[in-house]
Amino acid sequence: MSALRRPPPLAVVAVVALAVLMLVPMLWVLILSFKDNTALLADTASAFVPPYTFANYRNIMGEGQVFTWLMNSVIVSLAMTAGVLIVSSLAGYGFARLEFPGRKILFVVVLFGLAIPEQAVIIGRHQIFSALSMHNSYTALVVPGLSMPFGVFLMTQYFRAIPVEIDEAAMLDGASRFRIFWRILLPLTIPAQATLGIFTFFQAWNDYWWPLISATDGQMYTLTVGIAATQVNFAQAEGLGFLMAQAVFAGLPTLIVYLIFQKYIVRAVAGAAGQ
Amino acid sequence: MAMGDATLRSRLSQSAPWRRWSGLLFVAPYLLLFAAMLILPLIIGLRLSTTRSDLFGVKAEVGLENYARLFSDPVFLKAVGNTFYFVALTVPALTIIGLALALVLNNASRWSAVLRAVFFASTVLSVTVVTLIWRLVLIPDGGLAAVIARLFGQAPIAFLSDPVLAMPAIALTTIWWGIGLPMVLFLAALQQVPRDLYEAAALDNASRPRILFSITLPAIRRTIALVVIIEIILQFQLFGQAQLMTGGGPNNSTRPVVLFIYEAGWKQWQLGYAAAAAQVLFAMIAIAAMAQYYVSSRKEPA
Repeated sequence: MSALRRPPPLAVVAVVALAVLMLVPMLWVLILSFKDNTALLADTASAFVPPYTFANYRNIMGEGQVFTWLMNSVIVSLAMTAGVLIVSSLAGYGFARLEFPGRKILFVVVLFGLAIPEQAVIIGRHQIFSALSMHNSYTALVVPGLSMPFGVFLMTQYFRAIPVEIDEAAMLDGASRFRIFWRILLPLTIPAQATLGIFTFFQAWNDYWWPLISATDGQMYTLTVGIAATQVNFAQAEGLGFLMAQAVFAGLPTLIVYLIFQKYIVRAVAGAAGQ
Repeated sequence: MAMGDATLRSRLSQSAPWRRWSGLLFVAPYLLLFAAMLILPLIIGLRLSTTRSDLFGVKAEVGLENYARLFSDPVFLKAVGNTFYFVALTVPALTIIGLALALVLNNASRWSAVLRAVFFASTVLSVTVVTLIWRLVLIPDGGLAAVIARLFGQAPIAFLSDPVLAMPAIALTTIWWGIGLPMVLFLAALQQVPRDLYEAAALDNASRPRILFSITLPAIRRTIALVVIIEIILQFQLFGQAQLMTGGGPNNSTRPVVLFIYEAGWKQWQLGYAAAAAQVLFAMIAIAAMAQYYVSSRKEPA
């Protein structure tokens, strides 16, 4: 049985070779980031031999803008994650457990929302925030993401899977609807909260198109948009090494979070795609 | 309602107004966001698509003129073609490589876990970091590809400014970025294949290819269809890679529909025209999903 499921050696070799190909571009960027810019200008092959330097990272630390972008990304991603968890949990409980007029139809409408791609609504969103003169604000960066139907879908499924007997027992004890939700059912949904929270955080952190058109002021850039802005001046950039240090600086937080929460992230991404 | 049910009725009339509507309070915050940030923008977009509009508002009602213009605009038609070409380059590769990785790495060994982590890691990077990495690999002036080419005595190739090679280079970048998703979807499906099927095959001394084609692939065919649909929908939305790596060039050879929408809207400020193009993309995505669903649901069970 186990021998049968062990893959043939040739396949293993091929997969290991592919894994090396996955890592090589990242390692290339990593070593370039430790090289002096003038040395790279002469010949990037010099990346393979010492001397190496931390100068590019010191330059990033010295330049305040990247830190502003990092803070913006942290604020926007955390706010969106908190917001999505709150509205999705409330709505998920409502749709799964409560009776109110129009419940079924409203839920079907929300499910249809899953099929609406960002491109179909982004112009309208931009118009709305223009009319309110609210571009270049945290509100504009966060609020559109809160309308994502996936969270409601996920939480509704999760609340439905919790046995109704739990609610009924609490109701006999005289607990209110909100108390049942807050004290008894919500703690049971923590695995789903983790999945949805991590998924939303990455979605927000890596979002590109919306912050690109809404946050046009350099002070309001998220890290993702800021890194794009430095790329536009690729040729006149401060130097390859500096650019690469920025790439490492921008990529490392997500990679570290990924390594810590790997199990949840894989589950969240697969779950979001499979709905 | 039964007439004799007086007690139940009086109880309902006492608590009903509150009880009937209190549930709505739980879903109200989301429904407000849903209406304001999804339905309203959708309607605004549909309406704008029948107007000539710029930064300062609607200039004229033009009916379906924007749509007619789109289908005689060579740049838009090229963008549609490019988008299909990009889907053709990426979706089969992502599906097949993702499946192959899942088949090889579907076991409990430590090394498989490490390799799975490696193949998924790039998925968590943002598009701007991914394109920065790959531009540094692909630029002819000192990129990794050029350094390697020189090692073999070859002239460096300017992938991103070559009209034939630019799109495959963007496709390669995208496959590198996105291979983790199909792999984990296939891994999840392989976990569901009943073990006794394999045990029976082992008793029969079935060969590896026979097990693959007679047991494994039929058992996960729904997932294969699902992965193809998901990837078509995802890759139809190509934007950041093309915008950042080539800007749609050279000679429009890498301009996808979404980049066309972005430039019509936010570079030329033809919002009505951009909105019409967005509706066409919406329809393309919807048709792709429905066609694929139809094809996959028609297949006879093995």
